Amino acid sequence: MSDTHSESVAYVRESFIEEQPAPITAAGPFKWVKDNLFPTWLNGLLTIVALYIIYQLLAGFLPWFLGGVWTTGSLAECREVLQGEVGACFSVLTDRWHQLLFGFTYPSEFYWRPTLAFVLLFVALAPVLFFDLPRKMLIFTGLYPFIAFWLIWGGTIFAPLSALLGFVVGYLVYEKFVKSSFAAGFFGGIVAAIVIWTVGGWLIPENASENAMLTAVPSRDLGGFMLNMMLGITCVSLSLPLGIALALGRQSHLPLVKWICVVFIEFVRGVPLITLLFVANVMLAYFFPPGSGVDLFLRVVIMITMFASAYIAEVIRGGLAALPKGQYEAGDSLGLDYPQAMRLIILPQALKISIPGIVNVAVGLFKDTTLVSIISMFDLVGMIRGPILASTDWNGVYWELFLFASALFFVVCYGISQYSQWLERRLETDHR
Amino acid sequence: MTTITDPQKQDGFRLSMLINDTRYRSLTFQGIALLALIVAIAYLGNNLMTNLRTAGLNISFEFLGTPAGYDINQTLIDYNSQSTNLRAAWVGVINTLLVAFLACATATIFGVIAGVLRLSPNWVVRKLMALYVEIFRNVPVLIWIIIIYTIVTVVLPGPRGYLGEDPEREMLLGMFAFTNRGVYVPAPISEAGSAVVVAVFIASVIGIFAYRRYATKLLYDTGKLLPVGWPSLAILIVPTVLVYYIMGQPISLDMPDPLANRFNLKGGLQIGAPLIALWFALSIYTGAFIAENVRAGILAVSKGQTEAAAALGLRPRRIMGLVILPQALRVIIPPLISNYLNITKNSSLAIAVGYADITATLGGITLNQTGRAIECVLLLMLFYLVISLLISAGMNVYNNAMKLKER
Repeated sequence: MSDTHSESVAYVRESFIEEQPAPITAAGPFKWVKDNLFPTWLNGLLTIVALYIIYQLLAGFLPWFLGGVWTTGSLAECREVLQGEVGACFSVLTDRWHQLLFGFTYPSEFYWRPTLAFVLLFVALAPVLFFDLPRKMLIFTGLYPFIAFWLIWGGTIFAPLSALLGFVVGYLVYEKFVKSSFAAGFFGGIVAAIVIWTVGGWLIPENASENAMLTAVPSRDLGGFMLNMMLGITCVSLSLPLGIALALGRQSHLPLVKWICVVFIEFVRGVPLITLLFVANVMLAYFFPPGSGVDLFLRVVIMITMFASAYIAEVIRGGLAALPKGQYEAGDSLGLDYPQAMRLIILPQALKISIPGIVNVAVGLFKDTTLVSIISMFDLVGMIRGPILASTDWNGVYWELFLFASALFFVVCYGISQYSQWLERRLETDHR
Repeated sequence: MTTITDPQKQDGFRLSMLINDTRYRSLTFQGIALLALIVAIAYLGNNLMTNLRTAGLNISFEFLGTPAGYDINQTLIDYNSQSTNLRAAWVGVINTLLVAFLACATATIFGVIAGVLRLSPNWVVRKLMALYVEIFRNVPVLIWIIIIYTIVTVVLPGPRGYLGEDPEREMLLGMFAFTNRGVYVPAPISEAGSAVVVAVFIASVIGIFAYRRYATKLLYDTGKLLPVGWPSLAILIVPTVLVYYIMGQPISLDMPDPLANRFNLKGGLQIGAPLIALWFALSIYTGAFIAENVRAGILAVSKGQTEAAAALGLRPRRIMGLVILPQALRVIIPPLISNYLNITKNSSLAIAVGYADITATLGGITLNQTGRAIECVLLLMLFYLVISLLISAGMNVYNNAMKLKER
């Protein structure tokens, strides 16, 4: 039996077959294409439609973009060079480069000042964004607002110096008294700072700006993308502490404080930014003492800061609510009072949770700074729609300018959101 | 021992307890806060009064009753330049609501399509949708509004191209003309009896909901599965069409006529270029945000739910309808509603392209002509505040209804 069996059963193989490469449909790029582009008939159709759309977009865009002219002086010259061929007229960017970045009234011999402030911005932001860097760099971050203010506006150096001195003295007073009571330190610091600023205001002579080291530039001369950057950065950094205070106020057990914060937050979140900018433009001046002459830039900063702080407060409130109740109770059982518990236990954790939300608000706010063009400030969009498109040289160069503006905003906003995602991953690994 | 735990009541109230006793300290803080608030309001109010007196102004809403004196090119209610400023504001309110409603509808469609396609197994489609979302989310909506407005007014041809016996361009389906002044579409003309048709149509929409409810109830009570799709369609179409012919076709269409005028298209409904730009820009911009919400909502439903439903023997369509969607919607809807709120607020950018919404009429032309800055801005804020509060109230009702009912 066994004999016949071994003879007749052909499928018992006695040697291994050589290893074969996987079939072409089951490995390598072919499999990838099959799985990702043509898994089913319907999907294959979708792929073809999508590829066709991409082809159409590129076919329209690339010749226009690559055939661009960069060096002419007006649209008419551009058309002459192109001679009817498809091509962009990017000369408007090179010709009006400084206007796009700095506005059309900023004195051209001082362009280096905002440029330097912009470069220093990265040095100042680096230790905030990447906490592996040496903590000592934060000192420069603290000094940066005053340096940037002095560089951009110029004028006497004593104004930013006395402002800085006020902060330093305020901080020292706070440090001295905070040991005994937070309230004493906090309010003592504020009072000390205000005293220093008032005294500084008396001491600086009226005409100090006239023969200062850096010539003074009035706020109305600021413009272009610089204005967007300045509004975005100033308002976000100012609204952070305000937002924290509002969020804590909204969580407070004191009914009056709570209701003040709720009304403020809901009011600001309920109206569009443009109405707040109208307030800054036509209404806010009435609320200042007669003759104080607060300029439009400052009024806009005040309103945008209010706007941003309400949104940031809501984000932080979410972070506070997300903390387990045990954290609050732990603070109480350690015998910490409210300011201590908040500073040492609650806020560090709540802020960490809120970072992605805060970054979202910051990106949204930065995009919204373009709205100031509606109240006739010449930011990037205002420059494009106003002086540049209205000039006889460049009347009709829409796409190049819009592409440039979109690209600038895209780079900044996409960069920030990528950073936020990196930070989220990073904080998550720290947490566990 | 009681002296330690119990407060010493016999001493009565001492002033130092306002700082040292936690029971009274909150009163102290609130007193300080109230005082600060009153001082701040008094200071600002005093400044306001002084400044207004110096400028010779007063606060008065009489300007609302005076003739506005300007024309509005896109109105849904009767308006001419002799109408009052209040009427102009109403036109603005209605225009705001119109563009917000249109943009909400289309943004939802864009967002759902893009969000679902971002999860597609198809690599090209997935990346294309990611590109759409990133590009539109990261560029300010104002720039998009201006870009699309420029496309409409610069790239599209003038209405003359469509005019005459032998036009350069054909209207789409003989009905739609895309010109740089806006899009011309057929306008419905209602004659006597049209109200009946509309009423029957509304009744049949209600009927569909009633039928679906009945089908669900029957399914839960008896396990009998009624068909839903075809009957719904039949209920929607048949009675309306029947009544339409019985009443003698009371609703007809007024086509844009290329022959009536030598310079412009006549007849039909003109959707102005500013409205088109605003509508399209808002929907495509917000659509990118909604796409992310939809994606997050679908991803939030754990895979085990799908598998459990499949293990129970449900078919893919029923898994989607009965298991995934109800759970995903709970995640999607709250941010969706806040996106609708954003659309309403962003529609105030209409002023950048000259669409006559409330910001452009009340906060723009009326403000500039009458100089009543404070009154106009306050009314404007009040309007947006009311809208947002209404939408948030609606959202709270929805959230309470949809809250996970835990036992």
